[in-house]
Amino acid sequence: MATKSYAGVNVEVNDEGYLTDPSQWTPVIAKELAKEENIELTDKHFEVLNFIREEHAKGNVLTIRKVGKSGVVDIKGFYDLFPGGPLKKASKIGGIPKPSSCV
Amino acid sequence: MKKILILGGGTGGTIMANRLRKALERDEWEITVVDQFKTHYYQPGFLFIPFGIYNKYDVIKPKADFFPAGVKVLYEKTDKIEPDQNRVLLDGGQVLPYDYLIIATGTQTQPGETPGLKGPLWYKEIFDFYTIEGAVALSRFLKTWEGGHLVMNIAEMPYKCPVAPLEFVFLADAFFHETGIRNKVKISYVTPLPGAFTKPQATKMLSGLLEEKNIKVVPEFYLESVDNEKKVIKSYDGQEIPFDLLTIVPVNMGNKAIERSGMGDDLNFVPTDKHTLRSEKYENIFVLGDASNIPTSKAGSVVHFASEVLFDNLMATIEDRPMLAKFDGHANCYIETGFGKGSIIDFNYDTEPLPGTFPLPGIGPFGLLQNTKLNHYGKVLFRWIYWHILLKGKEMPIESEMSMAGKKL
Repeated sequence: MATKSYAGVNVEVNDEGYLTDPSQWTPVIAKELAKEENIELTDKHFEVLNFIREEHAKGNVLTIRKVGKSGVVDIKGFYDLFPGGPLKKASKIGGIPKPSSCV
Repeated sequence: MKKILILGGGTGGTIMANRLRKALERDEWEITVVDQFKTHYYQPGFLFIPFGIYNKYDVIKPKADFFPAGVKVLYEKTDKIEPDQNRVLLDGGQVLPYDYLIIATGTQTQPGETPGLKGPLWYKEIFDFYTIEGAVALSRFLKTWEGGHLVMNIAEMPYKCPVAPLEFVFLADAFFHETGIRNKVKISYVTPLPGAFTKPQATKMLSGLLEEKNIKVVPEFYLESVDNEKKVIKSYDGQEIPFDLLTIVPVNMGNKAIERSGMGDDLNFVPTDKHTLRSEKYENIFVLGDASNIPTSKAGSVVHFASEVLFDNLMATIEDRPMLAKFDGHANCYIETGFGKGSIIDFNYDTEPLPGTFPLPGIGPFGLLQNTKLNHYGKVLFRWIYWHILLKGKEMPIESEMSMAGKKL
């Protein structure tokens, strides 16, 4: 657990850099987090971030497939927006916990 | 007459029919099981079929052998559940009202969900081993295969029996050694997960074994499609992996009847309270095993442990008592590692697989997260236990709740 400063705001993050309190998240912080992943956020990115934040707030478990079926973006588009590990990166930038896959 | 309806006569449905028939008065409670198919498959045995260790007849028995007297069985397809009317509609038009419903419809592989998977190479050079047809077709293919690149790929999470594809590559390694072509076979394990398994200690142990056996792990590969002409699998982020033989865990989804009933999530699994095992939405519906969305393994051991909790909570509901039994996500999996050895893992929602001894602390005879001959015999013996004890809902010497005794932190 550590405190980090994004855009002049102090937030709590875990060892892997995920925000520990989703309510501390703001779009400005998201932009700073995205820079660390070498991503420049567009409106489309924010649509996706808002979707996953809403799902998380409802207590729903997120999967790449679920995001792909959301109507916001398809799976290919999701990979284009967040190259590499889309769900992990989007969760990090969106200020929600790292997605866990169960065995 | 009050009615309990059980959808699905697989491992879970059969256990529940046995337990409930014993517990409830026959002149007060009617118990009905609905299942489309008459054959019960011992699914852990599918894994051995490709390598000629088991044949088809080692893993099948009639479902009817395992239902107790006094339970009505209908071999028909379910059209849909109408939970607001407390009734189920069957394909033939029959309407079944219920007081309590147990959904135990399992998970099925859906190769059609991945473009190109069920193309010209399906059951020629692409096989699954989660169906009897796939396992038998693969065993025929392996008899004459002369080598090349074997790719084991998992299409989507979650899937049934998370250790099975690992066991498959371990057994394949041993099989090719025995047939003398191991030096002509490259084996790759291609998974959407970040590593061989999801939990740290088990991943460490299993990664070591994979390395020892010269099996390459390709992590974070999320399957988009299969190109039959080029013989490659493609991921959403543009990676391509060529194969000569592709063995696949297709996308797993809950029963189509769940979708038709509008009761599932995006993969047709039913939202279920992970502790009480009751439907999140309906007070008189319980969900057992793979059909639910609870965050633990989709596996027979889980179904068996969960069945005890579900039984207690259903009885409590019937008798108007509070539901006190809480499922902890307990799973217990044998892992065949080839050359007559095996490993075993025991874990739940909160505790990852740890090393130690099982089931007796300090004694075993099984070694958790260890690779031993005894563990392998455990798996071999388990088939007998499955048919004779587990399905009949008889007492097993293992508690449904996971125990920390014998585990080393």
